[in-house]
Amino acid sequence: MQLFAELIETLEHSSGTRARVAALTGFFRVADPADGAWALALLLGKRRRRLITGRRLRQIALEGSGLPEWLFDSCHAQVGDSAETIALLLPRLALPPAPPLELPLAAWMGTRLPALAALEGEAQAEAVLAVWAGLPEGQVFLFNKLLTGGFRVGVAAGLVTRALAEVAGLEEAELAHRLMGGFEPSLETMEALLAPLEAGAAAPISRPYPFCLASPLEPERLAATDPAGWQVEWKWDGIRAQLIRRDSQTFLWSRGEELINGSFPELEGVAALLGPGTVLDGELTVWPAGASQPAGFGPLQRRLGRQKPGGALLRECPAAFVAYDLLEQGDRDLRPEPLGRRRAALEDLVRGLPEAVSTPAAGLLRLSPVLPLGSWEELDTLRQQARSVGAEGLMLKALDSAYGVGRRRGLWWKHKLEPMELDAVLLYAQAGSGRRANLHTDYTFGLWDGEGRLVTFAKAYSGLDDGEITELDRWIRRHTTERFGPVRAVEPLQVFTLGFEGLQRSSRHRSGLAVRFPRILRWRRDRTAESADTLASALALLQNPAQRSAGQGETAER
Amino acid sequence: MASGEPARRQWARGRQDAAIPLQRHQRAMALPPDGLLQLTPQGLYCPAAAAWIDPWRPVSRALITHGHADHARPGSAAYWAATPGEGVLRQRLGAGIELTGVAYGQERRIGEALVSFHPAGHVLGSAQIRITAGGETWLISGDYKRDADPSCDPFEPVSADVLITEATFGLPIYRWRPGHRVAAEILAWWRGAPHRPSVLFAYAFGKAQRLLAELAALGVEEEVLLHGAVQALMEPYRSQGVVLPPTRPLSELPRNTALAGRLVLAPPSAHRSPWMRRFTTPQTAFVSGWMAVRGARRRRGFERGFALSDHADWDGLLATVRDCGARQIYVTHGNSDGLARYLREEMGLAADPLGRAFEGQRNEEGEVAAALPG
Repeated sequence: MQLFAELIETLEHSSGTRARVAALTGFFRVADPADGAWALALLLGKRRRRLITGRRLRQIALEGSGLPEWLFDSCHAQVGDSAETIALLLPRLALPPAPPLELPLAAWMGTRLPALAALEGEAQAEAVLAVWAGLPEGQVFLFNKLLTGGFRVGVAAGLVTRALAEVAGLEEAELAHRLMGGFEPSLETMEALLAPLEAGAAAPISRPYPFCLASPLEPERLAATDPAGWQVEWKWDGIRAQLIRRDSQTFLWSRGEELINGSFPELEGVAALLGPGTVLDGELTVWPAGASQPAGFGPLQRRLGRQKPGGALLRECPAAFVAYDLLEQGDRDLRPEPLGRRRAALEDLVRGLPEAVSTPAAGLLRLSPVLPLGSWEELDTLRQQARSVGAEGLMLKALDSAYGVGRRRGLWWKHKLEPMELDAVLLYAQAGSGRRANLHTDYTFGLWDGEGRLVTFAKAYSGLDDGEITELDRWIRRHTTERFGPVRAVEPLQVFTLGFEGLQRSSRHRSGLAVRFPRILRWRRDRTAESADTLASALALLQNPAQRSAGQGETAER
Repeated sequence: MASGEPARRQWARGRQDAAIPLQRHQRAMALPPDGLLQLTPQGLYCPAAAAWIDPWRPVSRALITHGHADHARPGSAAYWAATPGEGVLRQRLGAGIELTGVAYGQERRIGEALVSFHPAGHVLGSAQIRITAGGETWLISGDYKRDADPSCDPFEPVSADVLITEATFGLPIYRWRPGHRVAAEILAWWRGAPHRPSVLFAYAFGKAQRLLAELAALGVEEEVLLHGAVQALMEPYRSQGVVLPPTRPLSELPRNTALAGRLVLAPPSAHRSPWMRRFTTPQTAFVSGWMAVRGARRRRGFERGFALSDHADWDGLLATVRDCGARQIYVTHGNSDGLARYLREEMGLAADPLGRAFEGQRNEEGEVAAALPG
C-alpha cells in the first residue's frame, strides 16, 4: 500500500496535468497488476463501499484516546473529516504494541478490510487499534479512508485514462470505452483492460459507450459560425441514459454508469423492437402518453429511487426514453460518422418502429425534435420557450462532428435557461468539510412569512468566490447570536440573491416549498433584510414559473 | 462526511425550536470587576499601571507583547516592550515612537504596578508580560511557542496567580514536529526542483526569519531571494545577531535573471497577486501551523503545505498552564471555549474563555493575518 499512498501524496502535491499523468504512469508501470487494478478502481471512484461508518471508527478512536467526546467532536469540526481527525489524533491514542504492518493494496482491499468490517464490538475495536499501531504513519489516513469508503482523490478520470492508455500503448478513447460499464478490480480484469488491440478479447455485450458531454455555451465562439452547421434541440430535464439492445438483451445505463433496467421495466419492450446491435443515446424522463411535455424532475426522482416499481407508480409516473443519438446499429459503431448521418439513421429507425410505441400516443420512445434556427439572433427567443415545453434550455451540436469521448469543448454546447431568482436572508451558517473545513460555507436562507417572521427556505453551498467566502466567514463569526454545535445562528442582516431551477410544494419543509439546485447568485450588499422576498412571492413563482423572479426590482409587498 | 450526518441532523432539529438555553459549558466571558486587569473597549487594561496590553486603539500607555500587527498598533502615546523587539517595533510603528525597551526578566515599576517582560519564543522580541500589584500577579502570555527556534530567545516558564493565555491552536489535533525537521523537508522540496523557482510563502515577520535561520543551521549558504515585505524585517534580525543565510530583495535582480532553482520567500498575500508573474512555472508552498490539516492545505491552493507554527500546540498550551501554576486561567484567541472547558473539566482548574472580543480583533486583520495567524 506504500506505493499507492505515495502516489496519492504526489497527486495532492502536483498541480500540472503533465506532472500528474507522469505520477500515474510511473505508478501503473511498477505496481503489481492486482494492486494496480484496485488503485484504478479507487482513483476512478468505482470502489466506494463503506465497510465501517466514520462514526464507528471515531468511537473506536475516542475510546482509545482518553479525550472527552466533546473535544473529539471539536477536532472533527475543525478537520471536517473523520479519517483525518483520527490520523491527527493517533499519537494520543493508547495503542497496543504491534509489529510493523505492510501489506499490498490488493490484500487490504480484497481481504483485510472486509475481514475487519465483519468483526463486531470489542473484537473489531481491538483489530482496528492493532492496525493503527502497526501502520506506517503515512498510511493511517489512507487506511481510514478506505475503511469508511470515503476515499476520493482530486484527479480527473480523464487523466487516469490517459496514463493507463500510455502504459498499455492504446488510444485513450479505446481505454475509456473498455472502462465503461463497471470495472471489477482483479488481476484478470486489469490484464484484459491493458491487453493490446489485436488480442481482441470480446467485449461484454452490456458495455456502454463513453458519453459525449456538452460544455456551457460560449456565444462568442458561435457567432462566426453558420447556424446551419448546428443541430439545435431542447435540453431535457431528465437523466442522461444509454439504451442498449444486443444479443436479445436490453441494458439501460445511466450517465453514472449504473444499470437501471429494473427501475424502468416498460422500456424493455421498446428496446426489443430496436433490432440487434442497437445503442441509443437519450434522456430518461417521466412523460405520460398523452402529455405535451415531460412531468418534471420530481416524478422522475420517484422512479429512480425504486428498484422494482409497483403498478401504481408505473401508471402514475410513466417513463419515456427521448432519443437524440444513434451510436450503434447492426452491431456497427456509428460514432465516427458525422452527427447529420447519425441523426438521419436515428429518424429512419424510429419511423420504422411499429406505430404502437413510436407515436406520441404510446410515448415510450420519443424522438427529440430538431429545432429550426435561421440565425443566431433567434437563439435566445428559442431558449426562452424552453420552460414552456418542460425543458431546461437548448443543446447545440455540430452537425459534422463525430460522437466524442467525454467533454470535447466546441462540438456540443448546452445553453441553459437563466435560473429563477429570489432574494433571501442569511439565517444560519455551518462550517463545510474537506477543503472548506472550518470555513462557514453551508448557508441556510429564509424568506418572510405573512407575520414578519423569517422562515427557512433553502440551503445553498456554492456561488461565492473565495474572497467573499472568507469575508462572509469573518462576518458570521462576529455576528453570531447563538451556537448549536457546528451551526451558528447569525443576525438576519445579509441578503443574497438565490438562483434555482425549480420549486415544488413539500410538506417536509417548513416553508412548504422544496427548491431545486439552489445556489447563490449574488451577495446583495445593496439590500436590507426588510427588502428580501416573501414566501408569498415564492408561491407566486411556483404558480407562474415564466415570471422567473419575484420582486422584479420592486420591494415585495408585506 | 457520512459520519457527521447524525450529529448535524440533531443540530438541525435542535435549532428549529425557538429558544435554546446556553449550554452549560458556554460561559459568560468577563474579568472580575475588581481584578488587576479589566477588559475595556481599547483592550486589556491594568488600572494600577494605567496601561493597556496590546491595545486595539490608541491609548496613553501601551505594553506590547510583540510586533505583529494584531498586537502592536500605531497611534499610542507611549510604548513599552522587551529590548530585542525594539527594532521591529520602530520598523513597523515608526522610528519616532516613544518606546521604552526593557531587558527580559528585569522588573520595572509603572504606576502602582511592577512589570516585567519574559521571553515568549514566538518571534524576535516577543514577551510574556507579568504584572504585580495589590499582592496579586497576572501573566499575559501574548502569542508564544515552546518549540526551539534559532531566531529568538526560547520561551521561559513564568509563575503567576492569574494567567491569560492564547489558544490559537487549542485542539489536540495540533502537535508540532521540531522546526529543524520541517526545515529539512522544505530544503528537500527546494532541492527537488532545480529547474523551477521555489516560492515559499510564510508570514513576513517571524516565520520567514525563523525559516531562514533553520536553513542556515542546516548548512544553507546560498543566497535566498526575498519579497519586499520580508526584506523589511531582515535588518532588525541581523542586528540582533541571528545567524541567517545571505539574502537579497528580488527587486534588486535584473528583470530577466533566470530564477530556476532559486528559493524565494514571500508573504502569503503575494500568492495569486501580480507579483507572481515574475516567475515561470514556480512550485509554491505555504508554511503555517494551519497546514497540519489537509482541508486547509487544499483550500489555500498551494502545491505544498508545511506545518510549522510560531504558536503553542496543544501540549505546549497545557504545559504552560501547568508550569504557571495559576489559580485562575483566562483563554483568548482561537479555541478559547474549548481549551477553557478542558482545563476546567479534565484538569480541575478555574478557567474561562475571554474569547469573542479577541476573535473579532484577530479577524479585523488583513486577510492573511486574520485567517492564518502564525
